[in-house]
Amino acid sequence: MTAIAKTKRPELDEGGMGYLQSLPRRVVTVYLPLLVFVIVLLFPFYWMTITAVKPNLEMTDYANFNPFWVVHPTLEHIRYLLFDTSYPGWLLNTVIISTAATFLSLLAAVFAAYAIERLRFSGARQVGLAVFLAYLVPPSILFIPLSVMVFNLGLYDTPFALILTYPTFLIPFCTWLLMGYFRSIPFELEECALIDGASRWQILTKIVLPLSVPGLISAGIFAFTLSWNEFIYALTFIQSSENKTVPVGVLTELVRSDVYEWGALMAGALIGSLPVVVLYSFFVEHYVSSMTGAVKE
Amino acid sequence: MAVPSAAVQPRPSILSRSLSSLAESRNALGFGFMLPAAALLLVFLTYPLGLGVWLGFTDARIGRPGIFIGLENYEYLWSDAVFWLSVFNTLLYTISASILKFALGLWLALILNQNLPFKSFFRAIVLLPWVVPTVLSAIAFWWIYDAQFSILSWALQQMGLIDHRINFLGDPTNARASVIAANVWRGIPFVAITLLAGLQTIPQSLYEAATLDGASRWQLFRYVTLPLLTPIIAITMTFSVLFTFTDFQLIYVLTRGGPVNATHLMATLSFQRGISGGQLGEGAAIAVAMIPFLLAAILFSYFGLQRRKWQQGGGD
Repeated sequence: MTAIAKTKRPELDEGGMGYLQSLPRRVVTVYLPLLVFVIVLLFPFYWMTITAVKPNLEMTDYANFNPFWVVHPTLEHIRYLLFDTSYPGWLLNTVIISTAATFLSLLAAVFAAYAIERLRFSGARQVGLAVFLAYLVPPSILFIPLSVMVFNLGLYDTPFALILTYPTFLIPFCTWLLMGYFRSIPFELEECALIDGASRWQILTKIVLPLSVPGLISAGIFAFTLSWNEFIYALTFIQSSENKTVPVGVLTELVRSDVYEWGALMAGALIGSLPVVVLYSFFVEHYVSSMTGAVKE
Repeated sequence: MAVPSAAVQPRPSILSRSLSSLAESRNALGFGFMLPAAALLLVFLTYPLGLGVWLGFTDARIGRPGIFIGLENYEYLWSDAVFWLSVFNTLLYTISASILKFALGLWLALILNQNLPFKSFFRAIVLLPWVVPTVLSAIAFWWIYDAQFSILSWALQQMGLIDHRINFLGDPTNARASVIAANVWRGIPFVAITLLAGLQTIPQSLYEAATLDGASRWQLFRYVTLPLLTPIIAITMTFSVLFTFTDFQLIYVLTRGGPVNATHLMATLSFQRGISGGQLGEGAAIAVAMIPFLLAAILFSYFGLQRRKWQQGGGD
């Protein structure tokens, strides 16, 4: 009993029976595996970063330099990337395309989610199910017919090809997420407003939307991240170098068949990841809770 | 919440009343609200889905609309060893990656569910691999797997575990293991965080009661945690399986299907034949061949969810 009392620290109280475990046991069953997980999950990012600032000489000379560290950090790769390649243009394209697709999808999704969840028109349940099924249709089976459509519509190699096709996976996702969010807003508020004579439009814009700002933010962040990360449509529908997005540009333009510019590649991957990581770190609580909330139904 | 202006509105005329009743009618308004989303999805999702099925029955090429050729594409694929190899690879890739993602993700979720210092910090950084664009992290893996300068080979050599460099992406078996490892790396966070959310909904009192009844740690997991976690496991793994099955980016970056098609998935083969090779019809047929597998996965999970309603005492 005394051993248990000794390991029981005040801050462990809320955690149920955690205090029943002794410290050495916790080290083996919790801290050690956690450490391994964190190292494995974060190592590629470390490796990306260290390669991006490593001079070419150190990068390939493992005998004289410890590869895990960098002796003379250099910004040469980043300079090359920003000034000697089309990288800034790709960044700009990705920002424009992601923002436009996110905005379009959020707009459509807000109305759709409100209609399905709150107007409850006849067939709303079936439409809700259809939206869910639409989310399960993967881009890998749509890109060939979509490329035919994009070509016939004259959108090939323009940003509009991506702005109009990204909503195919963004709208179902955002609608689904917002439906869950709207469900958490009490019906009574809307009934009050209806009795006060508000129209459906006023209810949506003055009551429901202001209350669902957190939901809108997380749907927006998700949509932006998904568009930023999209690859197969951008690879298929965009041809010219100046119209490419970051993931496609880095892979297809920075990789030359003869020599791999690993430093520039890693710098490109790093800088291309930064915007979503920064966005994510600002809203991480929203992100985690809405992600888990969406899955919880 | 008072809206005083509404009280002084004049009595509406019959015409405007019938107009407003139309606007307020659920169905008309619902239709109007659904219109933007429905239009975009019908034009860019439902129609291409049908078009894809149609293209699978034609000999369309890039720049030439095809003519109907019946099942010829499928007959060709049926006798195509590379196609069957890609089906095998896709199944191998999906099954092994999903099992690993589930086991490791569950383990990580159980660890994160303990009382840890800096819990929210760990939860945040663990999600990073999932947030970063797949293509860009795959490029990092490409460098990690480099034939000459792989850091993994170097580290293992320094530790004296191997005596020559591992050819990660050049040898069929190694290449398969490498792409699966990269996929698992990216997939663990999603599984872990969603399962963690499920774990946090399990009341502590159940564990306390079971402990008083003398349950061991394994019994606690087996008879308390696992049954209560089953519904969320079903949803999470359905998503995980679907996304793994249709994966394209990772393979395209790391191996492009090589060496000797050992890592070609159906999605990459479809891209290679349809877009790079210009045989749109054949590429579409390969994509359509993925649909039965996807439907099977969805139905499997759907019936899994049915069982859960019954388990929780809900109506059939």
